[in-house]
Amino acid sequence: MPLPFEKPIDELEARIRDMRGYADDQHVDLSGEIAALERRLASLTRETFAKLSRWQRVQVARAAGRPTALDYLGKVVEGFTELHGDRALGDDPALVGGVARLGDMGVVVLAQQKGRDTKENILRNFGMAHPSGYRKALRLFDLADKFRLPVLSLIDTPGAYPGIAAEEQGQAWVIAACIQRMSRLRVPAVSVIIGEGGSGGALALGVANRVLILEHAIYSVISPESCAAIRWRDAAEAPSAAEALKLTADDLLEQGVVDDVVAEPLGGAHKDPAGAIDLVRAAVEREFAALRDVPSEVLMRERRARFRRMGRFLEAA
Amino acid sequence: MALERWFRRKRPTRGDDEVSPAGLWLKCAGCMAQIYRKDLIANLYVCPECAHHERMPVDARVAMLADEGTFELWSGRVTPTDALEFVDTEPYVERLVAVQQKTERPDAIITGAAELDGVPVALAVMDFSFLGGSMGSVVGEEIARAAERAAAESRSLISIAASGGARMQEGALSLMQMAKTTVALEALSERRLPFISVLTDPTTGGVTASFATLGDLVVAEPGALICFAGPRVIQQTIKQDLPEGFQRSEFLLGKGMLDDVIPRGVLKARLAVLVRLLRAGLDGTADDGAAAPLRLTTESITTIADELDESAATSAADDADEAAAAEDREREEAPNRATPV
Repeated sequence: MPLPFEKPIDELEARIRDMRGYADDQHVDLSGEIAALERRLASLTRETFAKLSRWQRVQVARAAGRPTALDYLGKVVEGFTELHGDRALGDDPALVGGVARLGDMGVVVLAQQKGRDTKENILRNFGMAHPSGYRKALRLFDLADKFRLPVLSLIDTPGAYPGIAAEEQGQAWVIAACIQRMSRLRVPAVSVIIGEGGSGGALALGVANRVLILEHAIYSVISPESCAAIRWRDAAEAPSAAEALKLTADDLLEQGVVDDVVAEPLGGAHKDPAGAIDLVRAAVEREFAALRDVPSEVLMRERRARFRRMGRFLEAA
Repeated sequence: MALERWFRRKRPTRGDDEVSPAGLWLKCAGCMAQIYRKDLIANLYVCPECAHHERMPVDARVAMLADEGTFELWSGRVTPTDALEFVDTEPYVERLVAVQQKTERPDAIITGAAELDGVPVALAVMDFSFLGGSMGSVVGEEIARAAERAAAESRSLISIAASGGARMQEGALSLMQMAKTTVALEALSERRLPFISVLTDPTTGGVTASFATLGDLVVAEPGALICFAGPRVIQQTIKQDLPEGFQRSEFLLGKGMLDDVIPRGVLKARLAVLVRLLRAGLDGTADDGAAAPLRLTTESITTIADELDESAATSAADDADEAAAAEDREREEAPNRATPV
């Protein structure tokens, strides 16, 4: 299903496909025409994506076919071995954790996993973790420190799950604990927001030395829909809320909330998942290469300082 | 007393259900009884009929906790700015200016130094009447500075949370305050100074999911709504009725999320006892940076014993003497209250 603003792009793609098929079937040379159409496709895509509204970016961030955390983990790290369970209540499939190899070093990986289809979405609870998921993260942060394994987190969640059991089991408490525990890591930590960075549930895995965001990913204190429902009393105002919240990669870079933006292939990561995964892999390798020899004390101090600086206010002279 | 109450109940009911802060008579949100405004204030905004804890103005909260004449205001130097140029049905700047004029405060918090039954503390008190006590850059900064200054001055930190969560008009910058306040608390941890977080009605969202649940002790006032996601959001998500008492203090105490639920009438005394005990541990090594322990005297131990004996059962609402004493306190301390910033 193309996004509404992708329809002209999809139509052009279909035409190119048809023309290729025709050329093959009829053994005629249409390479000149095809090349011209491909140039038009590239410029149309570039123009469309250059002027996306913030609400359209939100749609790209959530697009079907966009690579999920596990898609990235298959290529960004090697030999990902999932480690299950929080040692208390269960195992939350919405928040995946494990160990893997990145170059010559072992790493702990934590990732929020959305589904790639309806069945997986139900299994993964649409990437919305329960307290058990955050408790699993807490124990894996301990593991990371004990064995001096750098931490990579991939963030992609609409938010922590709002439900009865989640509240009873202390959703707020575990998110706060994750923020604190991650800020205390003695090893390098890199976070990549690959799709939706939904509020506290995302921040729980985002207290890293370096926070990267994909070009069309978002990071927000509240979803545009909920913001619209509260501030406009009308969820249909979500596009206005998305504008007001300034939640795109460029906005967040300007606000100092993220450190760098990872470019996506033309047309978005969902158009070229393999290309997006390669770009993320290169970015992650670069970040860890810069952090791996930094002493623990410096890593902790700088991570704390990074978050201590956050915010904008005026100060009386 | 009984006759007085009978007269109270005979008062004609006002048409609206709102507690009107300006009115002479108020209607208790808990038992619907008509209460004389002065009685409610004298009783620390706890209903004398049913012990329902009304939301308490920030100045009254400071007056209730700080020993007379000891409060020194720290906050107020930082003021909010509209970094996102946020506009919904009204610009954020206009909302800010209106509420600043109403509350005479730059933002939804005051912090300062005080003594609590003689124990040096820093207080951080959130103001729910200021944009729902929401935490934006200024609230986050004031909490962070209060934690750091408390650590520098060997004070314990007591925060009184009352907040609808992160301030969405400041976007991701307000989300980041959750991390900022959290890392600022390290200054206290490093000096082994206690941080006690008091959750009051309501404490929700990004405040619950950050510093407010990271207290060495986390306690709540009776009947407070304390949650990550609000009841309406949950109801809309799961489309089921919520259990009785869900997300209230007593419910969360039962779930193991709180150290205790403490009635307002004994809150100050209990906090003082807890801070004293937490600060009376063994000496650390000379060079570990920890603040010096406060040694307990025979007198303070006796006070603690007395306090622990009676505190659990005591409710200010059932104690007319306590109410009268509070009224006296109110009158005497009025000039010493926190001045608006």
